[in-house]
Amino acid sequence: MQFIKDRFNYLFKSTKGLILVAIAMIAIETAIFGMLSGPMAELGVRDVIVRMLGMKLVEAEREGRIIILYHSIAMAVVAIESYMITSLLKMKEFYKQAVRVLITVGYILTMVFGMGFAYWGHNWVFHGLFITGLSLIFFAGVLLVIALWPWNKEYYQPDQAHARTRKGVDVERVAFFATALTTVLSSLFGAIPGSYYGNGFETFMAQDIIRLPEKTVMEYSVIGHLHIMLALIAIMITLIIGRWLNFKGILHKIAMPLMILGTIVLNLGVWGVATPLEPVAHMIIYVGATPAMLAALFLLIWEWGQLIREGTSHIQKPSFGQKISALVRDPLRFGPLWQMLFMNFTTSFVGIFMAVELDKIFRLWPALEERIELTGHWHALSAIIATIILLYYGDMIGLKGKLRNLYGWSIIVLSDIALAAVTVFEMKRLFISEATQQPLVNTLMLLMDFGLVLLLVLLAIVLIWRLFDLFKRKGRWTEEVENELSEEVKK
Amino acid sequence: MKRTFLVVFLLAALLASCAPVDLSASIPTYDTGVDPTVWTTVPAGNFLAGQEARPTTIDYDYQIMVTDVTVSQYLDFLNAALADGTLKVSGDQIVGLYPGDKFQGTKHELEINAGDYVIVPIQDPASRFTFDGSRFAAISGWENHPMTNVSWFGAWSYCGYYSFQLPSELEWEKAARGSTDDRPFPWGYEIARNNANFYASRDPFEDMSTFGSRTSPVGFYNSNTYDGYSTLNSVSPYGLYDMAGNVWQWVGDILPGFSDRFMHGGSKDTYDMDLRIWVRNSAPPMYYSPSVGFRCVRNP
Repeated sequence: MQFIKDRFNYLFKSTKGLILVAIAMIAIETAIFGMLSGPMAELGVRDVIVRMLGMKLVEAEREGRIIILYHSIAMAVVAIESYMITSLLKMKEFYKQAVRVLITVGYILTMVFGMGFAYWGHNWVFHGLFITGLSLIFFAGVLLVIALWPWNKEYYQPDQAHARTRKGVDVERVAFFATALTTVLSSLFGAIPGSYYGNGFETFMAQDIIRLPEKTVMEYSVIGHLHIMLALIAIMITLIIGRWLNFKGILHKIAMPLMILGTIVLNLGVWGVATPLEPVAHMIIYVGATPAMLAALFLLIWEWGQLIREGTSHIQKPSFGQKISALVRDPLRFGPLWQMLFMNFTTSFVGIFMAVELDKIFRLWPALEERIELTGHWHALSAIIATIILLYYGDMIGLKGKLRNLYGWSIIVLSDIALAAVTVFEMKRLFISEATQQPLVNTLMLLMDFGLVLLLVLLAIVLIWRLFDLFKRKGRWTEEVENELSEEVKK
Repeated sequence: MKRTFLVVFLLAALLASCAPVDLSASIPTYDTGVDPTVWTTVPAGNFLAGQEARPTTIDYDYQIMVTDVTVSQYLDFLNAALADGTLKVSGDQIVGLYPGDKFQGTKHELEINAGDYVIVPIQDPASRFTFDGSRFAAISGWENHPMTNVSWFGAWSYCGYYSFQLPSELEWEKAARGSTDDRPFPWGYEIARNNANFYASRDPFEDMSTFGSRTSPVGFYNSNTYDGYSTLNSVSPYGLYDMAGNVWQWVGDILPGFSDRFMHGGSKDTYDMDLRIWVRNSAPPMYYSPSVGFRCVRNP
């Protein structure tokens, strides 16, 4: 009994245990449901999985299934970020525990019963529990906002090296607060139309209606919701990485106000999509996205500067090669920021190019080509956020030496190969015709599968290792029970 | 060693992607036994429209072609219309007059004024015909395949030339689904690889390692076996073939303030999910592609 109790306490009460459980849940879900589409369907794997697991897939409900699928994955990601925030930032113990309990129960209910409802026939009790899970996560979000309240003197920033107001308010905490608050508010832009469409048993994917000139407020709201939630998850992971790396100094002082400004303006723009402001909403979004991306750039410059300085401190006049070597010597510290930079090539620049050339190029293509581009670029962003979490997790569990290098570089290289292939695939119509594309498509598919499958294999190895570790009396898990991430912030 | 493997792998992948595609590769020739000149009548009455199966009424009978317009049929039209001056050659295109759409100035709307617009491109290597400057002829083996690389204007011109019309979305959907249930595919609720020609459906016309998917002859999926390849009978309740897969089909609807035209049915290049009856694709009316064709409707 004590054996189970100790493991349960680790998995569901410690920060690292909770993160491990959520990563495992996402990995299992991705592995199973990833086999239902794309190349796996093409190879016939989907049919085997559907038969083997007794799934009931109704063609007309495909969109509804996918909506539940990515909500359940997103909720686990939000849970991971919440565990990190509650472990990195000071807050009252009651709020920390309440947020964790609510969000853990919430995402597990969402995932288990949501997927049960979506893929194994419509048991309406399951649907109710799915909605209950989402509601608990919402309440956890509200509590997190309260817990993060930055104008409490207990949380003032005493260190002059960090962004702070004259009175001492921790500006970085304000950024966390603003992101959490706008995340909670933005969720309503999905919840309200979700209730509306769910009530009428209607579903649609935003990419399927994007071209229609007439869209209802509810449709605009869904489009806004999916964009802003992903953007906010990305902003939050940037703040978390900044905290982990102990981002400070002049760049921190510039970056944090920019992040707050960017987050608020970005949200106003996206909310504006569902209001009469719609015609200018995109302009507001660009205005908001720019400072937020600049803030992330300052974090990158600061951390890479640190890495170079630390790695060349023993050399009087380091050469360019020595600086690069110092920069890349630790993939788990270099990687998260590199992935943020790489994201610009797979997501931001693609999105901006698309917006600028929409009428000249993209709207001359059939809607399906535009759909490929849209779904591709947000899948890429989601995957990049996942790799950043995995890189941080690698550091969190104390990977060292060759294992650290292998784990870190594998994540970076494999994901970047796959995501570069995705990006070329999305944009292929710019340089190849439909009739002659097959060899290129085959190559790109091979690269995507090569990268993603090996990445999942790597993740599976890590998870199996962690599973075996749980059976050891003095396993690594025993060292992680009490650790808080705030104790491991870089000095 | 590991780095070398990765570099070699990436280089090999890159080289493989540059392989040229032989667009004139030979194609198996089959007589499907389906007559593309046949029309069927869809009677007035109710049916369930769209993904949500909304009860909808079409209060008139109409006739619709049982197959897509074939390459042969379309070339007959091109030769006749070129000879009588309805169409003309303009550069590397055949063009024809379109009276234009009412321009509303909506965001992203293209202005389509009265004028000559592309019907088909002449020199496109993906087209299944030849043109000697005065007459069109089908490339051998492609005669009974659906006409592709035809713009919406080209489809509209063909139907109009013979006093037919392009089907509306609702007419197309009713013809595909029938009047009795909410089936997602013309033949029923599930799809197998030998129900239709879609991406990687392993039909005799595709080779995914080289040129990819190609069209199948109209009416191919009719329960016949061709050189050992067995097809399922995939007709719609009204006896139409290829209402899912093979080629997207242009429909006639023009929405106010929206210059795109819609297509239905999915194609040889889409996954099975896009073969569901209600799935829409759209493109500007001058767009043409090796995976887009059409069929017509007429009054009984």
